[in-house]
Amino acid sequence: MNSAPQSKLFSGDTFFRLSLASCASLILLIVIGMVVVMTNNSWLSIKEFGIGFLYGTTWDPIKGQFGALPFIYGTIVSALLAVLIATPMSIAVAIFFVEQAPKSIARPMAFLVELLAAIPSVVYGLWAIFVLAPFLREYIYPPLQSSLGWLPFFSGSATGLGMLTGGIILAIMITPIITAVVRDVLEAVPMTQREAALALGATHWETTRIVLANASSGIAGAVILGLGRAIGETMAITMVIGNRPQISASLFEPGYTIASVIANEFTEATGELYISALIEMCLILFVVTFIVNALAKLLILSVGNKNTAAG
Amino acid sequence: MDSRRIANAIATITTAVAAFAVVGVLIVILGYISYQGISSLSWQFLVETPKPVGEGGGIGNAIVGSLIMLGLASLLGVPIGVAVGTYLSEMGDGWFGSTVRFVADTLIGVPSIVFGVFIYALVVLQQGYFSTLAGSLALALIMIPIITRTTEEMTKLVPKTMREGALALGAPQWRVTLDIVLPAAMSGIATGIMLSVARVLGETAPLLFTAFGSRFYNIYLDEPMAALTVQIYNYAISPFDEWHDKAWAATMVLVGMILLINISMRYVTRKRY
Repeated sequence: MNSAPQSKLFSGDTFFRLSLASCASLILLIVIGMVVVMTNNSWLSIKEFGIGFLYGTTWDPIKGQFGALPFIYGTIVSALLAVLIATPMSIAVAIFFVEQAPKSIARPMAFLVELLAAIPSVVYGLWAIFVLAPFLREYIYPPLQSSLGWLPFFSGSATGLGMLTGGIILAIMITPIITAVVRDVLEAVPMTQREAALALGATHWETTRIVLANASSGIAGAVILGLGRAIGETMAITMVIGNRPQISASLFEPGYTIASVIANEFTEATGELYISALIEMCLILFVVTFIVNALAKLLILSVGNKNTAAG
Repeated sequence: MDSRRIANAIATITTAVAAFAVVGVLIVILGYISYQGISSLSWQFLVETPKPVGEGGGIGNAIVGSLIMLGLASLLGVPIGVAVGTYLSEMGDGWFGSTVRFVADTLIGVPSIVFGVFIYALVVLQQGYFSTLAGSLALALIMIPIITRTTEEMTKLVPKTMREGALALGAPQWRVTLDIVLPAAMSGIATGIMLSVARVLGETAPLLFTAFGSRFYNIYLDEPMAALTVQIYNYAISPFDEWHDKAWAATMVLVGMILLINISMRYVTRKRY
């Protein structure tokens, strides 16, 4: 039985293996195809502006001037704001689920938090325009301005639509993602470490701090993963960030992100150079998010590997 | 001793408050959607096409459009995703498997708008028009890495002894995979597929410049196609209160569909453990 298929040059197993492997190579082909096609279609803009595209500040489709810096700035600032708000929140929630709450409470609640991740971006945008932005404008921004208005971040008048509102809605959107990953990472830390700490007389919180230290690279990975999501979020941020290509220290002022400008201007773009510049932006977005995600993945993997090697 | 206990208590309370706050946000959002959406919801709204302000109209074509594009995307994305996932779990131990796994994982985090622009450059620019087919292709690209990873996780849960038993009886590996492993993992794979369907059902950005949107019922693959999410976006950014109400009602329908899929799928998998 065993010798029969081996004698054939092209057995069922070889065929099966090859067909599955060719499907698998499709994944790699997609990534290569994306880089090639987008580079090809943005070649006009790459040739015209060179590296200056990255630090040019003028975005004037009529004059054919395209600089990406205001969008890069808006993307970075809104994403950093989101991470700054979401990280402590997510870690606290994950600690509550893994270390503190009894399973009967933690499970249904963790499920509800996961449902937050299932809500589409456009729905967050709708809610942010009509509920979150007016709420922030009426109740949060005025006290913030009167107490911290001397800081450049909180200067100027707040209309509710701007960088900070964008950062807050992004924070709400990435919290479930960071929470889920931190939860997995904490669960990957062996139970014996907690038992050892508790046996030595440590309180729950002291035990948790030891666990956190052990999971730190994974937690960093989770945060970077959240950063990647915040960089690429499109619909929600497009609906509340104000969409003005400017660089302003004030977080109340409108901004613009790479993803937003693509969503807003792509279908209306006329002229090859204009479309080419937008595709170059998309290429930048793709390369940056790909690298950020790869980095996050490596960090998260390192926790699992370390602990399986040790335990 | 005392300060340690206080620190412990503060930590417990802080994390609990954070957890309840995040769950609270979910409840506030869902509650507000239902509150705003329910009044505009009617049978007419569900079947009519969009009309000018003040004349009613609904989201019938958008619901049908979303479902058609989902169907087409699944037709392409599901077989490829399942095949790659099976490859990774059954024979993906080498460098090639690790590379594909890593790239698929990383692709999951790539913004969906990038897939839209890619398909725009690849298909729409070549053909010269927006189409259902382009929209479906963009959605399929988003589905493939998600299905790949869930399929791999689910097939890995099938006990090794089942594979060994079949191999010991003389079955070749391809029969073992197709007749033993995949059927055993089927319900898990189906769950993964449904969750990826729920995910792309909510996608807007990749459809903006592939399917583009349409105000009519349409079944042709080479014409622009409406989608529920794009319709919500158009209603939401309009200056009319009446259209904002329609945006809420359409959102209620969309979120209802997505949550229904999510909750029922998690319920199905939860029961198995």
